[in-house]
Amino acid sequence: VAEAGSGGGQAPSQVVELEIPARSDYLDLARMVVATAASLEPSFADDRIADLRLAVSEACTNAIEAHAHLGHPDTTDRIVIRCDLAEDRIEVEVVDKGGGFDPGDLDSLPAVEDPARLDYERGLGIGLMRTLTDETEFSTSAEGTKVRLVVYHTSAAHRP
Amino acid sequence: MDLSVQVLDRDGWSVVLVGGEIDITTAPMLRERLIQLLGEGKSRLVIDLGGVGFLDSTGLGVLVGAARRARTAGGDVVLSGLADHMLKVFAITGLDQAFVIAGTIDEAVAGG
Repeated sequence: VAEAGSGGGQAPSQVVELEIPARSDYLDLARMVVATAASLEPSFADDRIADLRLAVSEACTNAIEAHAHLGHPDTTDRIVIRCDLAEDRIEVEVVDKGGGFDPGDLDSLPAVEDPARLDYERGLGIGLMRTLTDETEFSTSAEGTKVRLVVYHTSAAHRP
Repeated sequence: MDLSVQVLDRDGWSVVLVGGEIDITTAPMLRERLIQLLGEGKSRLVIDLGGVGFLDSTGLGVLVGAARRARTAGGDVVLSGLADHMLKVFAITGLDQAFVIAGTIDEAVAGG
């Protein structure tokens, strides 16, 4: 089911691409592949790999949920996860065909000291993606959503 | 993907030992188990995440829901055994302010 390969791109960039069914039981595979790809680069700190692993998992979860909302539980729809391993960064794209959403439409959460904060069990994923990565970009179209996540090897030096 | 949940009674607390990965696949199982415990009147929960290798926002949501229900019932949820990256995630989301976070189960039980 998993297809991993390398190709394209200019050296020294390497691309690992994984296509999974839009189902939650493939989430751990997606996480594992991205974390393993990231760990191939020795300058990538474990902490940054953990950041990327969680951010990618959140993006894949949203993609899977978007497909589920289309009402096809036995979906054969696919999600593509593309990791571009460059010298100074790892860029991951998660592409789905589950219809778009506007991240700007998300409700903001109450302040942390507000007891009402505990009324929100959802809505943390987008914020986590934005905070854990150095760059986060959402492109939506009628067809679906593409989430682009970039983590630099040494975060502080490259953070825009 | 597996998730294990084991419950021990200790000094008036129910200690919930969680193991595995918590994401959208396994979070519903954890949520059900916690709701079941609260339904049995066990509203003082120590949730130990020492055996958890991955926790996503769905898992955070389950913990938030359990804390809300426990406090409504006059109890509380104390977390223990969080790995460094998990502590970072709690800090990022501000949830480190919403939970009592202990280093170990012993500290969690003693602190309550």
